[in-house]
Amino acid sequence: MADSTIAEIEDLTFAYDRRPVLHGIRLSIPRGKVVAIMGQSGCGKTTLLRIIAATLLPSSGRARVFGQVTGELDRDGLYALRRRMGMLFQFGALFTDMSVFDNVAFQMREHTDLSEDTIRDLVLMKLEAVGLRGAAQRMPGELSGGMARRVALARAIALDPQLILYDEPFTGLDPIALGVIARLVRQLNDSLGATSVIVTHDVAETLPLVDYVYFMADGRVVAQGTPADVHRSGVAFVEQFVRGEIDGPVPFHYPAAGYAADLGLAQAS
Amino acid sequence: MRAALTRLGAAFTAGLWRLGYASRFFGYLLLHSGTAFRRFRLTLREIYFAGVLSLIIILVSGLFVGMVLALQGYETLQRYGSSEALGILVALSLVRELGPVVAGLLFASRAGSAITAEIGLMKATEQLSAMEMMAVDPVARVVAPRFWGGVISMPLLAALFSAMGIFGGYLVGVVLIGVDEGAFWSQMQAAVDVRNDILNGVIKSAVFGVAVTLIAVFEGYDAPPTAEGVSGATTRTVVTSSLAILALDFVLTALMFTGGNAK
Repeated sequence: MADSTIAEIEDLTFAYDRRPVLHGIRLSIPRGKVVAIMGQSGCGKTTLLRIIAATLLPSSGRARVFGQVTGELDRDGLYALRRRMGMLFQFGALFTDMSVFDNVAFQMREHTDLSEDTIRDLVLMKLEAVGLRGAAQRMPGELSGGMARRVALARAIALDPQLILYDEPFTGLDPIALGVIARLVRQLNDSLGATSVIVTHDVAETLPLVDYVYFMADGRVVAQGTPADVHRSGVAFVEQFVRGEIDGPVPFHYPAAGYAADLGLAQAS
Repeated sequence: MRAALTRLGAAFTAGLWRLGYASRFFGYLLLHSGTAFRRFRLTLREIYFAGVLSLIIILVSGLFVGMVLALQGYETLQRYGSSEALGILVALSLVRELGPVVAGLLFASRAGSAITAEIGLMKATEQLSAMEMMAVDPVARVVAPRFWGGVISMPLLAALFSAMGIFGGYLVGVVLIGVDEGAFWSQMQAAVDVRNDILNGVIKSAVFGVAVTLIAVFEGYDAPPTAEGVSGATTRTVVTSSLAILALDFVLTALMFTGGNAK
């Protein structure tokens, strides 16, 4: 794996029990870039993100992150790998029994010997970066969805990770909160010198933001390229997905028996 | 017939598999309990939630159980002219049996269910996954302090239950009915043995504490991450813990007190 690549997936397949989810995936995440993995709900993109995060291991094939094959690492090795990453979960996953401040300070207290004074300064800097320094003493239950997502983002970048993973960061946000999160994703990636992977199905917010896109359908990568390439890809699924058309390669109707037969009309006539 | 046997076999193997998984979980939990003691503040917090917050229900229940014991005991003892033995009856019933068992059942329904629901909801809202992602072992950081908090709290709660029950017995027997106070306390003091009665009661409550808290943390950790899953796990905690307490009580009693003589 070249130094310019943070993560590389080779011929990966993955199955939950016996249910295959990913088939023959190949992709690479270049250092310093913001990369999106897009596709319908249930196409396997979150599973792929968890394989990059090394919380799931491939059934076959290889996932190489920071030059290490995740399937060959023991528990300590996996934990060491994850300390170099930060992840924003779909609904924030904030610790509900801790204040905003303690959520952001959590990793610092767990993994470093920094004094409480230093931790306080660092936490306030992280919260300032997401615009929520004033909410430091609030509890997660007192935050709006957008604020909770920003706090979770501050927590994800608490130890200045080299790789930031986003699982559906725009889901359920109002347009203002959505715009704020989108701007933060790009800003934080560039200011921290990190690499970002975003799993999402939000086309309008994501394409202007990212450097490279992988499109997935039915557990496979069906198209890839820069956002400009995607618009010219000519792949029918991508066209339907980007334009939000209700019918196409992904049909509107779930497969079913004939409509007339189901209503008993075929027999009547 | 064959289908029924197949279902029975499948249910049996599924149960056996889960028991094996719970045993491995217990082993892993013990191996990763260092954090719970190195950072005892985490365990102290759980002692507060599982123990201190259970005090009201334990003390009030203990008081009423002791009062009922005294009423029922006096009714029987006075027929044989042995009403002075009321103190012995109340104390032995409480420290040997009712203290550990009733406190265990109350602990399972008050603290055990809360532990399962909390861990289950943390799982359902991806808080445990987030911890794992931050290279922090959720078993060491979340489960172990709750487990040891429960294990430490349970014998203390049982002791308080018994003490409150004896006080309730005193209120009804001595203050209300008029049994001789000196006989009540002196006979109790003479008949209750520290090793055979009190220590065995403490051992029972400690075993119940391990069983209830292990079931509670396991059910929470293993709960399907849905509202229905957490609700089912909470119910299973109360049912399984209660049955485990009663079954273990029989086994421990058989081992400790055979033929009316304490071993």
